[in-house]
Amino acid sequence: MNTALPAPPPGYTGHISEEHHHDYAGDTVFGFWIYILSDCVLFATLFAVFAVLQHNFAGSIEASELFDLSYVAGETALLLLSSFTFGMAMLGANKGSMKALLGWLGVTWLLGAGFLYMEVNEFVHFTHEGAAAWASGAWSAFYGLIGTHGLHVFAGMVWMIVLVGLLVRDGISNENRTRLMCLSLFWHFLDIIWICVFSFVFLMGAV
Amino acid sequence: MSHHEQHAGGAAHGSVKEYIVGLILSVVLTAIPFGVVMSGAAGEVVSITLILLCAVAQVMVQLVFFLHMNASSEQAWNTISALFSVVLVAILIVGSIWIMNHLNHNMLMGH
Repeated sequence: MNTALPAPPPGYTGHISEEHHHDYAGDTVFGFWIYILSDCVLFATLFAVFAVLQHNFAGSIEASELFDLSYVAGETALLLLSSFTFGMAMLGANKGSMKALLGWLGVTWLLGAGFLYMEVNEFVHFTHEGAAAWASGAWSAFYGLIGTHGLHVFAGMVWMIVLVGLLVRDGISNENRTRLMCLSLFWHFLDIIWICVFSFVFLMGAV
Repeated sequence: MSHHEQHAGGAAHGSVKEYIVGLILSVVLTAIPFGVVMSGAAGEVVSITLILLCAVAQVMVQLVFFLHMNASSEQAWNTISALFSVVLVAILIVGSIWIMNHLNHNMLMGH
């Protein structure tokens, strides 16, 4: 029954303090982590669909006749390098170096663009060879899975442009630091999904 | 590193060395399965086993070196939620393949 509340600390305004603000940033990143895990479940359903349908070519051209592993290795190299360069951008941000941050983000964006260009090119080539998304269940599952990954990469690139705008406007503020942290989780996550794509779709499809 | 060391629910920061080690390990773990499949040096079972092992290893490498996951108590919720998703993903994929294989089997038997 202690009714006496402790006196507020000096400088108390009733608003969230700096300290709490910091926790809030951590919560934001944790919330984004939960989103990424839910995205993992989304990709898991697409992988499951692909696993079930991957042999149902229904007379359309088969995957093993089309897959070009050295081309896939090129895409993989671009995406892996972009994951690394994003890490370098984060280190730049931690040091407070806007120049390093923007430079590495630029390199990351170009590597992402190169990856997407190769992927779209591959889709067009496959479609011309008779492996269109509507050709068979196996090809629908293929485009559904890899197209979803490609859309994520595209979304990450749009996000990167918006974030660079915010960085130029506000500098490396706490808010921008949180946004950068979320985008870096997203970008690294996309490379992890790609590991599963090249392993389960391309390499196992070619064995 | 500076005072930005801990973000309660977020990932910790890495160092240049950490990212370079992660990159080198990833390159090696990518080159092995590509090399094995493209050269056709190994049989089907060996190739598939190698692809699986290298994929799992590379996912772990990137989680540790790029996403800086670790067993520290600050990251307990990150890790617990991730393990929960691993269970969900396993149920989804293994369950789908299992059910659909049985379904295909039953349909083909003409019942």
